[in-house]
Amino acid sequence: MYTPHTQADIDAMLAAIGAGSLDELLKVPDAVALKAPLEIVPELPEYQIARRFEMFAAKNRGVDYTTFLGAGAYRHYAPPAIASLAMRGEFLTAYTPYQAEVSQGYLQAIYEWQSYVCLLTGMDIANASVYDGATALAEASIMAINANGRKKILVSRAVDPNYRGVLKTYCDGLDVEIDEVAVSADGTTDLRELSAAVATGAYAAVALQSPNFFGNIDTLDAGSLAAVNASETVPIAVVTEAISLGALATPASWGAEIVAGEAQSFGVAMAYGGPYVGFIASTKEHMRRIPGRLVGKSVDNEGHTAYVLTLQAREQHIRRERATSNICTNQAHCALIATMYLALLGKTGLRDVAALNLERSRELATAVSSVDGVDLKFAAPFFNEVVVDVHGDAEAVLAALRERRILGGIALGRWYPELSSCILMNATELTSSGEIKALAAALGEIVRVHAHV
Amino acid sequence: MSTLTSNRPKAEAPPLIFDLGQEGRANRYVEEGKPLANFLPASALRDELPLPDNSELDVVRHFTKLSQRTFGIDLGFYPLGSCTMKYNPRINDALAGKREFAQLHPYTPDDLAQGALQVMHELERSLSSLFGMAAFSLNPSAGAHAELAALLIAKKYFKDKGQARDKVIVPDTAHGTNPASAAMCGFKVISLPSDERGRVSVDEIRKVVGPDTAVCMMTNPNTLGLFEDHIHEIAQAVHDVGGLMYYDGANANAIMGNVRPGDMGFDLMHLNTHKTFTIPHGGGGAGHGPVGVAAHLVDYLPTPFVREHDGTYTLDFDRPKSIGPMRSFWSNFAHAVRALSYIYANGADGLKRVSQLAVLNANYVRVKVAEFLETPYPEICRHEFVASAQELKKETGVKALDIAKALLDRGMMAPTMYFPLIVPECLMIEPTETESKETLDHFIDALREIIETAKRDPESVMAAPVNTVVGRVDETRAARQPDLRWEPKAQ
Amino acid sequence: MANPENLLYSKEHEWVKIEGDTAIVGITDYAQNSLGDIVFVELPRAGKQIDQFGNIGVVESVKAVSDLFTPIGGEITEVNAALESDPAAVNRDPYGAGWLFKVKLKDVNEKSNLLSAADYEKIAVD
Repeated sequence: MYTPHTQADIDAMLAAIGAGSLDELLKVPDAVALKAPLEIVPELPEYQIARRFEMFAAKNRGVDYTTFLGAGAYRHYAPPAIASLAMRGEFLTAYTPYQAEVSQGYLQAIYEWQSYVCLLTGMDIANASVYDGATALAEASIMAINANGRKKILVSRAVDPNYRGVLKTYCDGLDVEIDEVAVSADGTTDLRELSAAVATGAYAAVALQSPNFFGNIDTLDAGSLAAVNASETVPIAVVTEAISLGALATPASWGAEIVAGEAQSFGVAMAYGGPYVGFIASTKEHMRRIPGRLVGKSVDNEGHTAYVLTLQAREQHIRRERATSNICTNQAHCALIATMYLALLGKTGLRDVAALNLERSRELATAVSSVDGVDLKFAAPFFNEVVVDVHGDAEAVLAALRERRILGGIALGRWYPELSSCILMNATELTSSGEIKALAAALGEIVRVHAHV
Repeated sequence: MSTLTSNRPKAEAPPLIFDLGQEGRANRYVEEGKPLANFLPASALRDELPLPDNSELDVVRHFTKLSQRTFGIDLGFYPLGSCTMKYNPRINDALAGKREFAQLHPYTPDDLAQGALQVMHELERSLSSLFGMAAFSLNPSAGAHAELAALLIAKKYFKDKGQARDKVIVPDTAHGTNPASAAMCGFKVISLPSDERGRVSVDEIRKVVGPDTAVCMMTNPNTLGLFEDHIHEIAQAVHDVGGLMYYDGANANAIMGNVRPGDMGFDLMHLNTHKTFTIPHGGGGAGHGPVGVAAHLVDYLPTPFVREHDGTYTLDFDRPKSIGPMRSFWSNFAHAVRALSYIYANGADGLKRVSQLAVLNANYVRVKVAEFLETPYPEICRHEFVASAQELKKETGVKALDIAKALLDRGMMAPTMYFPLIVPECLMIEPTETESKETLDHFIDALREIIETAKRDPESVMAAPVNTVVGRVDETRAARQPDLRWEPKAQ
Repeated sequence: MANPENLLYSKEHEWVKIEGDTAIVGITDYAQNSLGDIVFVELPRAGKQIDQFGNIGVVESVKAVSDLFTPIGGEITEVNAALESDPAAVNRDPYGAGWLFKVKLKDVNEKSNLLSAADYEKIAVD
């Protein structure tokens, strides 16, 4: 399919080449030639492909359940105007804008994206995107290592466990060690432990996530920031729920020098895990260490405003083994979607969405903590997620909720053994009061059954 | 003075989105929120949010105009060597956009996500057979990401065996991500010079390999579009010293149904599904980079892995030897849908045909272009070939860059320039199989006309492009005075 | 631009001006011309010990990056701070205002490993 050649075309082209057959063009040594038949899915006409994927789709029953799932992937309203713009063929089928003269549209859009990220985070510079928030954290750590040469990273245990897993994968490759800071009883990072650790001067960077994996606002305070700065440790802020940037004090305001974040919340589909869009933003000091592409504004040979990929000497296609990173393909199209979301929502819309997230998650927190035998685990201020303690087997409670077609959240025991009776629950602007009431009612029935005797 | 008068469309760059809009000109997508201070103390809240408010119509016009200033495959021929800019079928996007895929949360329990897991499994099985690997992980987000995963696998594999190997061998024709990825794993890169036939020499390999060789990274056909016909001897030489062979899958479009990396002796490989399997490039991503391995390395693949048992699918996180996760969740699933849809559209015979016709198109363009431009390797190529403007530059001063810009004026994308590094004034041309003979003839004629113009009136070619919305951009100024973002005006 | 006679040169297209036990280092006119418009120079900090012919930094142009190999060994005493805001000085005046760094020499006899202007001219060809 999708090959337009007629037999006449093929014959004419073979004649021009001076070859007798297609096989002649594809000769390979016998030692490596393909001999066995391939076992792949069969060829189907297009309407049957559509049918087959309908069958796959129907088996994803979870998409119809009432959901309180968050933990790094968030359900937000994406205005259809985004898809109608982003799926335009020019945007969808363009390549990386290396030929600037025919890529001005994309380059300007990415310049706008870079600008939005800076405005939201309070940083000076942002790049054209990286794969996701987790790899953004890994790349930000590498930036810090390049800045001060230290071979250890300090990360809070309240940072998303998947992100910490990816950081470990990257650090294993670079022979860099990772140490973790404990979580306090209130659900935020233990800043005294953090201050003592950075004072040793052993760490290239310290990474905190806010809102953290438990939903709590979790930043450095004046004392810990002073310890971080005194030891020349690079403070990295991790952001997994980008909507929070519409309401909360910026990472810059509490002293972050690099922000590693995930912008999936800005109109990018949850799509069972990807593609998403990570961003890296930093102060001017780290500009030359930022990985990935950067779009700059310049002029053309007639003085017209023109955009172009710049500072490319940092990148792999020039620096090769001395590159700041190996990143080549990034997430440009997802960054475009996020830019369109921010353009459509604007300051007012983003603020409204953030406010609704704050409101609904408090409604959720109140409703579930009014259930006998259930309470909130942590006291810290939160954005749109809460940790709920069911004082019993969290997995069993979630299984019972599933029987009622409710995805109640994520049991934390798989990453935090001390929280095995706890569930992480998320509410957004799309979570209705009716859904929250249904969850509370169901919990009420279930917890009575599963309560410790 | 140029004889080509500027025909530039009178379309100045649209204003930045930040220079449009009025505060309060909001769209009502959600209800009005309560004051933030109702929920959190002032110290936790930001002071200001300096984003513009624009009406939906203004936003739609803004981005529609930007799309019109962007060139995609949907508009014209895109012969970018090494990028495989083939047609992106619309059915793929329609399927990937289905509600049951797009709105599925990654933490959906396995039994409620069986469709998604089955898609991933079918894709993984098909890729494994197609390329002769024991298994693939769909975890990495791009080719370079998969390359890194493969090198991390090699590093861990040798560590578990108690072997200290720190050298990665890379041909001098390799893509820049190869040595960059190696450096991210702490490997030292040894660059291997290509021989006069443009291939890796078996003798050179034998000189360079040793007990400290971890991986030899190659692609076949190589970046000159030439088939490495001694690949099995090369693989043998590397295996003889206990090293691993890694296949850069960027050129996989040339080999489907014809030869498999597994059969060539490769232990690890990656694919760029945004090249071979029609995932749209979207201006530079998102991509998708499955990483495949031979049987002895399966346990090291990134986590999680999709398992099938009696028709039930699960995400397996219990993998003690795995290098770990490469990214936040399981895969770029929406792209797995696209790739699988494309494989269904072709089947085994169809994919074989894809590669055959990709190779046919490249050779046709090559023999025609060789009539007026130097082709340093005048032999049967695979899916791409290289031409050199070195002679033209000596004769007229017109360089590969100028030819590229002149092609933009004629409504086509330029080929890849200045890569691979070993060919001076290089143009790498990959037509792909989705282009018709008429399109190829149009390209050949345009290129011929540019070369003739270069000999007659070189300055007009050096002034290109003149038909695009902007002319050549001052890159020096962009690098010396970086302006990388909009700044709010000082109050 | 002619290569000044009073300087010594390295095969990696750097020049060095030795004055007693200190030296000034830069890149040659051939080098700046090959690189094109220079946008950034990455140099080690003052106080760093360097070995002759060691890889000590990078010169970046718009399209290329070139390793800097110091033609002489010792301790870096000063780095040309003006290059941070005006890297173009290296293009304009590679033997003057475009100097890169100053070194307190470890061993002045290392200069025997370097080339005279006449010998350098032979290798500074396209």
